[in-house]
Amino acid sequence: MNEELPAPIPWLGNAGKVAPLDRVEAAAATPQLIQIRKAAKSAPAPALYAATSASATMTNSGGPSAPTKPKPVAKKRPGSGIPARKVIRILVWVRRAAQVGFLGLFLYFLASTAFRGTFAATAGEPVRLPLPVEGFLLADPFVGAMTLLSTHTIYRGLAWSLVVLALTLVFGRVFCGWICPFGTLHHFFSWIFPSRYLRGNKRVETNRTHWWQAGKYYIMWGFIGAAVVGSSIGGLLDPICVAVRTIGLGVIPALQYFGVRSAAVVASSNVRTLQNATDTAQDFLARTVWTANQGYFHQTWLIVFFLVGVLFMNRFIPRFWCRALCPLGAFLGVFSRFSLFGMEKDHAKCTDCNLCLVNCQGADNPQGGVKHRQDECHMCLNCENACPEDVIKFRFLPKRTSTISKPDLQRRTLVAATAAGAVCIPGLRIANWPDKAYSEKVIRPPGAVEERAFLERCIRCAECMKVCPNNALHPAFFEAGIEGLWTPILIPRIGYCEFSCVLCGQVCPTGAIQKITEKQKMGIGQKPISVGTAMYDQGRCLPWAMATPCIVCEEFCPTSPKAIWPEAVEVPKRDSKYQKEGEQAAMLTVKVQRPHVDPGLCVGCGACEKVCPIVDKPAVYVTNAGETRSKTNVILLENTAYGQS
Amino acid sequence: MSDSSRREALKRIGLAGAALGGAVVTAKLAYDPGGFGLAEAAGKREVRDFRIHAPGSAADPVFAIAKSTTDPAELVRRAVAALGGMKRFVSRGDVVAVKPNIGWDRMPVHAANTNPLVVAEVVKLAFDAGAKEVIVTDASCNEANRCFQRSGIWRATYAVGANVILPSAHRFRDMRMKGEVLDQWPVYLPLVNADKVINVPIAKHHNLSKFTCGMKNWYGILGGRRNRLHQNIDVSIADLATFMRPTLTIVDATRVLLRNGPQGGNIDDAKDMHQVIAGLDQVAVDAYSCTLIGESPANVRYLKLGHERGIGNMFWQQVPHVEV
Ligand code: SF4
Ligand code: SF4
Ligand code: SF4
Repeated sequence: MNEELPAPIPWLGNAGKVAPLDRVEAAAATPQLIQIRKAAKSAPAPALYAATSASATMTNSGGPSAPTKPKPVAKKRPGSGIPARKVIRILVWVRRAAQVGFLGLFLYFLASTAFRGTFAATAGEPVRLPLPVEGFLLADPFVGAMTLLSTHTIYRGLAWSLVVLALTLVFGRVFCGWICPFGTLHHFFSWIFPSRYLRGNKRVETNRTHWWQAGKYYIMWGFIGAAVVGSSIGGLLDPICVAVRTIGLGVIPALQYFGVRSAAVVASSNVRTLQNATDTAQDFLARTVWTANQGYFHQTWLIVFFLVGVLFMNRFIPRFWCRALCPLGAFLGVFSRFSLFGMEKDHAKCTDCNLCLVNCQGADNPQGGVKHRQDECHMCLNCENACPEDVIKFRFLPKRTSTISKPDLQRRTLVAATAAGAVCIPGLRIANWPDKAYSEKVIRPPGAVEERAFLERCIRCAECMKVCPNNALHPAFFEAGIEGLWTPILIPRIGYCEFSCVLCGQVCPTGAIQKITEKQKMGIGQKPISVGTAMYDQGRCLPWAMATPCIVCEEFCPTSPKAIWPEAVEVPKRDSKYQKEGEQAAMLTVKVQRPHVDPGLCVGCGACEKVCPIVDKPAVYVTNAGETRSKTNVILLENTAYGQS
Repeated sequence: MSDSSRREALKRIGLAGAALGGAVVTAKLAYDPGGFGLAEAAGKREVRDFRIHAPGSAADPVFAIAKSTTDPAELVRRAVAALGGMKRFVSRGDVVAVKPNIGWDRMPVHAANTNPLVVAEVVKLAFDAGAKEVIVTDASCNEANRCFQRSGIWRATYAVGANVILPSAHRFRDMRMKGEVLDQWPVYLPLVNADKVINVPIAKHHNLSKFTCGMKNWYGILGGRRNRLHQNIDVSIADLATFMRPTLTIVDATRVLLRNGPQGGNIDDAKDMHQVIAGLDQVAVDAYSCTLIGESPANVRYLKLGHERGIGNMFWQQVPHVEV
């Protein structure tokens, strides 16, 4: 007999036996071996058979004609072929549906994190997003804990994270296995995209608990240490933050870039119907998936490389991210020790078929003979579903005899990790002096709190950058210091801050950007919120340096009265038309308006910088000087109020 | 040599030959002689003329000033009726593009965008005259969604059945206008591909060109970096008005921005004037409208340029007109 199975050919029916993808043939293909091993292991084989078939009948008592059932089932399932409990089989499907549903909801929210306007709104209606698009971040207990430690408060919607915490206390890490969109992404990629080598025994070995899975706990404790001394830098690796940042700033704009380019190629065919079709498609996509204008994000390559890297790891280690790196998973792992729901194992019945391990998501030792690692378990229920021997049972208040529910950590390493996180922050700050004067490029979004409080709160989730309708906000690289990696900065050259817009504050889950109103921002009946001040480079400005009319900057300045005022002057200008040899160039007199900034009125929106026709290095540019949130970065005496701080 | 090896050899030679042939053909087709886009300069000059060519008598009014009521919709109706009604301009089955000013993130009270009631009435009249589709759009200066929503124009015109199109990159295509300063420029297609185009600007102050109304409103058909046009704003406006000849211009002067234009932002800078001016001559209606902000047409250079180029008549008093 040929060893190789013929390749499956769908249209020829079931030509080749296709193993289910998240199951591996190795164990299943050699039932004889298992029989032998089982015989060797437990001497009274017939008795075992009797017991197992009895329990099979019991668990199936709900179904009709229970006694005749085992036979057809036995064909499909190896070993004793005892089917999993019906409730488990249903729950596994419910879990899959939940994963798809939550991932879909997450992506829907993410795509909706953009202002697309509506015909239904009246002119006076304040512009807000209709959906709680930052919902997944609000429900993130790691974000809640970090900001609680750094600010000693729980900001508004973050109270929702208690729901996930409560869920964990009852069911363990169900969030990881059932809800987390980033986890589902990894689950999906490890299923669809496994390496050729990740089969059979190799896969079983990979899915055993490994020492390096403790890494995520040390990462988490390091971040907790950092939070205690006032930095929410842990958002760098929080999975929801990572998902929003990578998909929102990388994947969606890249899809748009690709889509728009492809459509342009199709449209260049000059076939009317094709052009209309691409127009319709692009209109639809601009109103659903992406936005009308291509999004560009400063230094997103690092963010995207990171995503590609961790997704790629799924080829070799399923859900590598969740097992090794995820600080949220670790955080929930700590709390899952108290959970009321858990696994109970009947070690005696285990035949070491390892089917549970083949399907395990969390690498938490579901197999018989070892203790289950409750803190690593994602509660996916695959193991009980796969077990043909009735070893594994998930239930409320299980006996803890075969479970380790605490993370397996070395206390000293843990303390060291926490301490390292805590000492890093002052170290980074001394190097980048956020309290004193930082880079002029660090223009924070309008409504952002003072820099130190900002670092306490900002989790680098990129919600603000995603929602910004003008593509004004960007993830910082090292502009704001190493600690400020991926915090939002305004880059007016790419997009300016729309005067009446307050959307970034609306979606900010932690209050790093406060929920300001249009009136506060535009300064109706009060001082407006300024993020910086515009400065002229008179050596580059057309009316100033080149006797050429311009003042587009003045036209776009949105404040009222305008912060830019033009001074009308007559200036000499050389006639640049060709002159005969030896002749002097004629001199003309032209009228131009030279722009000036009124620092008391400028809000630093950067509209002037954006529209200045000198593209490469605008003749007017905004720096964070005079930003409202700072008490020290002040220009004008009238805005100085030392008594207050 | 066995049969099979001969076949094998022939196959290999054939494949190698095919690969070489393919490479030669590709090289021939894709050959690039280098140099800078010489092909581009050869394009034809394009003009978009949407005027009606129905002969009327010389005494027929060329523009009409409606100022006998405070209801914007009624003003539009009276002004258009005085020119012979919308049926004169729009035929059954036409696709009509209505081009209001939706440039800024301002509300109607700031008078920086066209009054939504005026735009909605124009849409209604076009439908009543038998238009198959009425498109309302503009390439905004500020973020477009916000401008369309907060100007009130999206809601008002959607309610009367207009197809409101939001600008997006794929709807622009390079066109050759061959003007004095505007040579090749990306143009907003929905506004130039219709059967009829009605310009519905708002009259307001402009800090650089002194006054903006119908002719300047064509900035809204341009994409690309139009901020460079300000270096020669008057000529670029004249170039645009040469390129775009609308079916009808309907000026909203119900509330007029007198200072700090074109964006405004301060309610006190605007004043209620309760006028709507409809006309066939974009230079004449602009010339009349500019008197509303206290400016003389002679001081507005692009009007003079338009007059000299024969686009229209800047001496509006000499042009047949009626007040209703
Ligand atoms: S930076 Fe300005 S334009 Fe962007 S979301 Fe924030 S308020 Fe809106
Ligand atoms: S940044 Fe420029 S456009 Fe914005 S308020 Fe200041 S001067 Fe005006
Ligand atoms: S837009 Fe730029 S070049 Fe023009 S006046 Fe302003 S600063 Fe000068």
